[in-house]
Amino acid sequence: MDRQVAMQGRGLVETATAAPRLSSAARRRQLREKVIAGIITAVAFTGIAALVLIMVFIAKEALALFLDAHAREEASLDKMFLPQVVRKGRPPAFVWQPVSGVPKVSMIPLFIGTLKTTLVSMMVAVPVGVAGALYVAEFAPRRLREVLKPVIELLAGIPSVVLGFFALMILATFMQENFGLTTRLNAVVAGLGLALAIVPVIFTVSEDALTAVPRSYREASLALGATPWETAWKVVLPAAAPGILAACVLGFGRAIGETMIVLMASGNAAIVSWNFADSVRSMSATIAAEMGEVVVGSPHYSLLFFIGVELFIFTFILNMVASTWARRVLERLTGAGA
Amino acid sequence: MKHTIRWALGGALTTLTGLAALLIVAMLAIILLDVLRGGAGHVTWTFLSEPPSDGMMGGGIFPALYGTAALTLLMTLAVMPVGVLTAVYLHEYAPPGSRLAAAVRVAVSNLAGVPSIVFGLFGLGFFIHFVGGSMDRLLGYQELHWAQPGILWASLTLAVLTLPVVIVSTEEALRAVPMDHRTASLALGATRSQTLARVVLPGALPGILTGAVLAVSRGAGEVAPILFTGAAYFLPDLPHTLNSQFMHLGYHTYVLATQSPDVEATQPLLYATVLVLLALTFALNLVAVLIRAHTRRRAAAAH
Repeated sequence: MDRQVAMQGRGLVETATAAPRLSSAARRRQLREKVIAGIITAVAFTGIAALVLIMVFIAKEALALFLDAHAREEASLDKMFLPQVVRKGRPPAFVWQPVSGVPKVSMIPLFIGTLKTTLVSMMVAVPVGVAGALYVAEFAPRRLREVLKPVIELLAGIPSVVLGFFALMILATFMQENFGLTTRLNAVVAGLGLALAIVPVIFTVSEDALTAVPRSYREASLALGATPWETAWKVVLPAAAPGILAACVLGFGRAIGETMIVLMASGNAAIVSWNFADSVRSMSATIAAEMGEVVVGSPHYSLLFFIGVELFIFTFILNMVASTWARRVLERLTGAGA
Repeated sequence: MKHTIRWALGGALTTLTGLAALLIVAMLAIILLDVLRGGAGHVTWTFLSEPPSDGMMGGGIFPALYGTAALTLLMTLAVMPVGVLTAVYLHEYAPPGSRLAAAVRVAVSNLAGVPSIVFGLFGLGFFIHFVGGSMDRLLGYQELHWAQPGILWASLTLAVLTLPVVIVSTEEALRAVPMDHRTASLALGATRSQTLARVVLPGALPGILTGAVLAVSRGAGEVAPILFTGAAYFLPDLPHTLNSQFMHLGYHTYVLATQSPDVEATQPLLYATVLVLLALTFALNLVAVLIRAHTRRRAAAAH
């Protein structure tokens, strides 16, 4: 509808400017219009350029790992991803200790650390975020709904360093006192802190998907004798499922890349274990903690950029998946509603 | 009987979802109350107007406030023209079905998902080492002048980070300007750019301002991108050139929370710093919400 009007508007411009004989003033004006349109189009490339430059320049700094002989020796792919014999007579292990006489550069402890904090945060944030969205979209009275939405979105406005502070000062103490965890800062505390950061993301995107479901779906279900809960659970939720999945994937991406919360509340010890009460060191926190002291151009420096490349690729894939799903639910629902 | 069970079960589960929503709000309330309780007594005029002293265990946060303000101001100057013009392209100039517009949209939505620490790496690799290094070579500086962390590079890094925020909210604002205004202006003989400058942009101004405020609030709170592009642990002087380092509220919070020699002594300072940071970002968010509510009401009244 809008687009048609817009096209008509453009048609107007073209017929007006395509008049045969033009005065020099008109021609100058036409030229000026072209230049302005050109400038605006050129500026629009900035977004694409930024994304490409991010890719190129992070990859460029990481590339030394594969090109430079010294770096290739110190941090080969084998050393990053396969177990290494750290001390003679011990079984091979995964160790991250890039600053030592013999640097040990296994990525596995960092992967495990990231996975552990992310898992904890998802296990908390997905049920809470989706259930909250379901309540606000389906059950809440209109008044309450108009209060709840902005309040929950306010949570998204809290800087992550403040959430990290909260996890470090309050959550950690609370968990230690009530659950008797031996290490104060661990994967659970960091994961709960992360959950605070991604709940608003999951809530907002899920709520959008739920409200996009046409009213006729609900009316049909209720008319057939279903209770409001059955309508929400068996009709509205399945219809919005791809959007809700997209919300979870987006939240997952945010949790992987989030830095300050994990840096402050995870303890930052690169331990390989599946115990969630151990300290962990995530990929993002490793970059943040070690980049300050690293020698520019050293293998360690390239290694940190390589972690950045991995983070970029993970989140890029997750974002693409999420946006495809979110688009699909919109297309399906608007298509079915029309 | 079966009917009653169905309704009871539904009611119980509904209550459960309500509790989930309540839990989110409760967490927000706990965070706010805790920060308020711990910090309210310590935010005084001296705290706001003095530099830290006694090895970060006394004094105030003035350099951090100043640094945050200068940083976000530079960031806003960089991001607003680019963000607004990109949105103008997407909504006003791109032909329907344009490949370029679709590509820009994909790039922007992906840019919004890039982790903030990766922006920090980008700032270090691109702005400091590449751009700064090239400038030093071209301008003939013998020692590092531009190729070192500084407020300009940090603000440009943040500008890239907040670009999607500005583009998305500006586009929303442009969408709210009625198509009739454009056609009326064009019918009166105005050119496209005149229509844009005198009709469309003024009409979309509140929405564009909302975008700016949201970008500032986001930029003021982000710490990861400035860790290695210019934030400093402690500086006796305020930043006065574009390549000087600066103190920052968020980074100051991180430093006080994790690197204090005496946790008990810094705790009040830490709480007060967090309170100032939170108050700042919330005030900005509130302004954005109010502008938006005002515009929506006006738009609703006009139709």
